[in-house]
Amino acid sequence: MPAYLFWIFALLMLVFGAAVVINRNPIASALNLVVSFLSLAALFMSLDAFFVGIIQVLVYAGAIMVLFLFIIMLLDLRVEKLRKINWVASAGGIAVALALLTQIFYVIGNLKAARQTFPPLARSTIDDVRNVGLALFGNYNLPFQIIGILVLVATIGVVLLSKREVR
Amino acid sequence: MDYFLITTSLLKIVGMLFIVILPMVSYSVYAERRVSAFMQDRLGPNRVGPAGLFQPIADIFKLLLKEDFSPRHVNTFYYWLAPCLALVPAIITIAVVPFGSTLLGVPMVIADINVGILYVFAIASLGVYGIVLAGWASNSKYPFLGGVRSSSQMISYELSLGLAVIPVFLLVGNLRLTSVVRYQIEHGWMIAPFIGDWMNLGKWLLAIPMIISFVVFTIAVFAETNRLPFDLPEAEQELAGGYHTEYSSMKFALFFLGEYAAMISGSEVIVTLFLGGWHFPGIPDGSHGWIFGVINIAVFFAKVAALIFVFMWVRWTLPRFRYDQLMRLGWLFFFEIALVNIFLVAIIVAYFRF
Amino acid sequence: MAITVARPKLNWRERMYLPAIAAGMAITIKHFKNMILGRTKVTMQYPEEKWDSSMPEHYRGAPALVRDTDGRVRCVACQLCEFICPPRAIKIVAGEIPSTDRFAKVEKYPEEFDIDMVRCIFCGMCEEVCPEQAIFLRKDYAITGFTRDQMVHHKEKLLEIGGVMHGVVLKWNEKK
Repeated sequence: MPAYLFWIFALLMLVFGAAVVINRNPIASALNLVVSFLSLAALFMSLDAFFVGIIQVLVYAGAIMVLFLFIIMLLDLRVEKLRKINWVASAGGIAVALALLTQIFYVIGNLKAARQTFPPLARSTIDDVRNVGLALFGNYNLPFQIIGILVLVATIGVVLLSKREVR
Repeated sequence: MDYFLITTSLLKIVGMLFIVILPMVSYSVYAERRVSAFMQDRLGPNRVGPAGLFQPIADIFKLLLKEDFSPRHVNTFYYWLAPCLALVPAIITIAVVPFGSTLLGVPMVIADINVGILYVFAIASLGVYGIVLAGWASNSKYPFLGGVRSSSQMISYELSLGLAVIPVFLLVGNLRLTSVVRYQIEHGWMIAPFIGDWMNLGKWLLAIPMIISFVVFTIAVFAETNRLPFDLPEAEQELAGGYHTEYSSMKFALFFLGEYAAMISGSEVIVTLFLGGWHFPGIPDGSHGWIFGVINIAVFFAKVAALIFVFMWVRWTLPRFRYDQLMRLGWLFFFEIALVNIFLVAIIVAYFRF
Repeated sequence: MAITVARPKLNWRERMYLPAIAAGMAITIKHFKNMILGRTKVTMQYPEEKWDSSMPEHYRGAPALVRDTDGRVRCVACQLCEFICPPRAIKIVAGEIPSTDRFAKVEKYPEEFDIDMVRCIFCGMCEEVCPEQAIFLRKDYAITGFTRDQMVHHKEKLLEIGGVMHGVVLKWNEKK
């Protein structure tokens, strides 16, 4: 894919990711996160990973964020808007983030593998859905089933907890 | 750069959007009014042009010329954003649907990606943002209730929507929508897999879960597109119009058109998945001459139009569900039916070795 | 006291809900089919079809002044209708008939006779009160105009609507 598309979507993702943190309005934050997810999906698709990209949209942007939005709306978080910004804490947070960023740049700069240029990837011809399915139900069948049971347990736990509260 | 691909794609997009979809959307509004009128022993709009056929154009002009009023209490940016978000997902869903075989060697599908049906679901699930945002940005009670209802309804019915199509892909073995159509040409339509293979008992058995799956999917599409009997987000009598109460002029029209565009794209997906796409028994595909390519496209849209008629028929027959009934239906019936259906199809496929 | 209405006990067929849906769909499609085939009788298509021919004799439409067979405006400007009119829609300016006229005995005639059709309520009291059988409610009902002024019927308009009335008492004619 053309490199400029990568830069556009990467920039979009970062900008909207930052907007999630900066925005005072919870709904606006959630929507920014959705746009960030969409840009991430575009990045996946530019790598010919259609399945991952689409699942990114379907699960995160389409289902999880809708649930988030739903709950934010029901809670009606007006307090968040009124709260004063704690400048000391924000400055500390920004400092930590900057330190991490410089660290990452330093590590990548010193990594040998990161300095060489890779040849462009050949266009994939395989059906990635089939591959994901084969990997999940072939090599990783047992872990997959265990995760399924874990999720089931978690669901039952949530149902139990919410039932108790009603009484 | 492949200029041929780019030009044909652009032509397909523009042709599809401006020659087919947008006129179809506005004329389905007209059709809705006429059909509803006929079912209620009325005549409906018959004044503008012959048999009222220019009514949609008059409607568009009326809506464009109306005052574009935004109440002062709304959240302006999201208030403007919401109508766009309501219309766009409904239209871009159509990109992956094969609406014809080939025309002069060009495949009649805008983007034949290998995760076709997932793309449809992903984009359809984004459609809820328009409604939710409209409800929230209006900053008013009825629209807000409409938005909340819509989000929970969409999440609930997406499950049965997704589960209901799995049997189809168990048979096809591929998420590409063109291969679904190809499979149906070779093995008979999904709701009638025994066509062409009358003596095969397994295919007759297969028809039962496929029809169940078709019904569940269609009902879930009804819920996803907010059509009656599941139009709780915009229930006129309860919510004074729901999420678009505060909208006027062209912004309101965008919601209106978005609903119909969603209905059309939903019908297109149903036709592709279950009703054989552009295939009609006895008509060859476009490789036998361009006239057949055109006929294939016409067959596809005829099927879509028939399905839209069913949508309207149901709307003017059934009363609206109560909200708890809606949720109960979604979670306790369709979800389970779709789940059991997958097992049924899996057993049949494994036993008869399709 | 609140009354609890017992819910009817549904049998399994009713609870399945599907037969009811099918029955409902059948009803609507039947109506649709009858409409398409032209079997359903629908409302009159107003501007093309009018019910003028089937209008009853006693229909109370727009009030109008009439002439008799001699061509005389029957109104004698007695102003009784102006007085009785509940919404005060009628305005009359009386004039004197010159002594050379054939009907000089009548003395008065309406110089101006305006009925404001925005006000008129089609009650028919003017017709009832008129001692001269000069004002009648005719069958015109589509009275339109873009301004209030256009909605005022002047004398000429009233006479045009009214036309000639046959079979009325001609008490002002010369005795033979």
